[in-house]
Amino acid sequence: MINLTINKLPVQVNEGETVLEAAHKLGIDIPTLCHLKSTGGCHIESKTGSCRVCVVEIDGRPNLAPSCCTPATEGMKVITSSLRVINARRTMLDLLLSDHPKDCLTCEKSGDCKLQDLASTFGLHRIKYKGEMSKHEIDVSSEAIVRDPNKCIMCRRCEVACNEIQTVGVLSGIGRGFNAVVGPADLRPLSETKCTYCGRCVAACPTGALTEVDHTYKTWNAINSGKTVVVQTAPAVRVALGEAFGMEPGSITTGKMVTALRMMGFAKVFDTDFSADLTIMEETTEFIERLKSGKNLPILTSCCPGWVKFFEHQFKDLMHIPSTCKSPQQMFGAIAKTYYAKKIGVKPEDMIVVSVMPCLAKKYEAAREEFNASGNRDVDIVITTRELAAMIKEAGIAFDHLPESQYDDPLGESTGAGVIFGATGGVLEAALRTAADWVTGKDLKEIDFTAVRGLDGIKEATVKVGDVEVNAAIASGLGNARQLLEKIRRGEAKYHIIEIMACPGGCLNGGGQPYSDGKCEDILTKRMQAIYKDDKNSKIRKSHLNPSIQKLYAEFLGKPCGEMSHKLLHTHYHGRENV
Amino acid sequence: MGTTLRQIIFTVGGGIMNDRKFKAVQTGGPSGGCIKFDQIDTEIDYESLKRLGSMMGSGGMIVMDEDDCMVNVAKFFLEFTLDESCGKCTPCRIGNKRLFEMLTRICDGRGTMQTIQDLKDLSYTIKDTALCGLGQTSPNPVLSTIAQFENEYLGHIKDKRCEAGVCKSLLKFEINEKCVGCTLCARNCPASCITGSVKQRHSIDQNKCLKCGVCMEVCKFHAVERK
Repeated sequence: MINLTINKLPVQVNEGETVLEAAHKLGIDIPTLCHLKSTGGCHIESKTGSCRVCVVEIDGRPNLAPSCCTPATEGMKVITSSLRVINARRTMLDLLLSDHPKDCLTCEKSGDCKLQDLASTFGLHRIKYKGEMSKHEIDVSSEAIVRDPNKCIMCRRCEVACNEIQTVGVLSGIGRGFNAVVGPADLRPLSETKCTYCGRCVAACPTGALTEVDHTYKTWNAINSGKTVVVQTAPAVRVALGEAFGMEPGSITTGKMVTALRMMGFAKVFDTDFSADLTIMEETTEFIERLKSGKNLPILTSCCPGWVKFFEHQFKDLMHIPSTCKSPQQMFGAIAKTYYAKKIGVKPEDMIVVSVMPCLAKKYEAAREEFNASGNRDVDIVITTRELAAMIKEAGIAFDHLPESQYDDPLGESTGAGVIFGATGGVLEAALRTAADWVTGKDLKEIDFTAVRGLDGIKEATVKVGDVEVNAAIASGLGNARQLLEKIRRGEAKYHIIEIMACPGGCLNGGGQPYSDGKCEDILTKRMQAIYKDDKNSKIRKSHLNPSIQKLYAEFLGKPCGEMSHKLLHTHYHGRENV
Repeated sequence: MGTTLRQIIFTVGGGIMNDRKFKAVQTGGPSGGCIKFDQIDTEIDYESLKRLGSMMGSGGMIVMDEDDCMVNVAKFFLEFTLDESCGKCTPCRIGNKRLFEMLTRICDGRGTMQTIQDLKDLSYTIKDTALCGLGQTSPNPVLSTIAQFENEYLGHIKDKRCEAGVCKSLLKFEINEKCVGCTLCARNCPASCITGSVKQRHSIDQNKCLKCGVCMEVCKFHAVERK
């Protein structure tokens, strides 16, 4: 243990802990801006020490030291709030703001911006050191992410998320001195890079430099267009939406959310859990076929568009092993505009499908050219959990006072297997529940495959499906996915099935979920517990037992992986340039 | 070690060209500091240079004479730091840019007494907070020129005058009564802003003048004055 004093108060820390962490132990909250540390399932650590906001005085050192990356040492004497320190912090914020657009009133990030918070805390009402401001082009090339380099404060948190956690390698420091900025190589548009739109950078960004493409107004327009507008909500949205209204993380808001969506004017409120069940029907059929033939194993899940784009760019040689199933979002769109549109007598062109997703890559996925099974865009608009919260507030709906209501039929009926898609390991567990029943021909009662649950980045389990021992693996976070894929490439992997989600922790921690300043370990655990609670409370917990799914096959699709399914529910992948 | 600045500048270096008057020597490169004439007999070693607020640094010396404006010299050195800054930490990336802009304001005649105070405040904070040696020393020329040549800063701010005649915004060229109307200046003026008939005293249109000084260089009668 190391003993030091901070503001004359003694404190003990472990070796390797920083001055910042020591101060926290004493209840001293040293302000930070570029620093980011989160442990557990969503591990990320960025301590570039570049913003210099967290500086402190250390006895015997000529200069101020950044507390976030200065290890505590024996006998250290630290002062955290002398005039010298306060002056330095104010000056750092003053300088950052002097090169910042300060359009807080219209900034997407207003209210969730760390720079705004600190400026307010430090009472910076006037900029002392005014001067020239950076002039960079705003990148609006992608369907998912807006990059406004003028709001970049060079904290490099996005860079850590993109390179160290996700190993995507798109963002890095470009240029020198005053012209330095974080962006893709050559500052090329994001749409021309291997960016997966996973949105980890957006979640990590403390300012408005990285935000989502806002589709809220487009959605209001759609609702009021006179067309039949249906909405689907992804599993992970219901356990996070409440946070935007001051509710405890992990509150299950399904019923209130459905009520709110109806009040907003959607003709029908449906559930992506329904199409998650549908995905299980198709994917499990595909899995069992491959398991029997022993070909193209392991099968990789393909629900996550960030992950799909990742392997299209970086693992082109393995493009034959992911499942050909579309994601639940796209399966929903395809079924809504064919089966359901026909059922209610509406032409597909007169129907608008809106998705509420915890994800930014879903915006990009919906815009992929091939997703027009009905002859029109299968999914027209994608909004995130954050955007839905903003729309509910805009509509003046008092969310926490809402009564609960049920999803509409038939595309709103789902099972517990559908809801766990929202957590890492969930897709695999749902597939195993169905596979076990189908292989044994029984209605098995032991359906909690707890070995595949939890927030660990890589999980491995051997599960009995009938007489077969299935080696399963789960990776969440693209960096973890890369490890598994490289193992497969080297021929070292003996897996039969692998679930991969681009975001650490799965969709629970999606790039479109309410902001948490990048720190999410507690929040994530609570959201995950809520997902499994929702599953436990479901009457039906296996996808193939969903009555609406059974009816869909009987009335329309025929059999899983049949001709109609292949037309509507399966897709193909494109190798993309690795730049 | 132990050789004096005077020996290096005037003996080894051969002194200042055209016998112009020595003003200061910057030791240690752009991050060092200025040393005035009254300290020219200082022996060169790490400690003595440090005592004078400068440093050994790169070991280089830059000698300034009466034709050098010390505010402009600070600006010149800071420009180097701006180019060399990697842009990682806030104080160096933005702070040095702001110092440079403040110096530019003073050179343009737009400085105030507050600008000097702001320069000092920001310089000390940059030195105290910058991540690496470049940033921690980059404000040295600013602080050192303010300390040693405050009167030049005041000249720019209060009198709107650059003693060395370097800061163009503060310059004014005028033709005096010695003009014989030879038209040489008018013919050489790149801005064509000098008018006057042959054998008549010429005049300069101050609104068009580029302050390049060509008229003064070509005049054989010392009739062009720099004010």
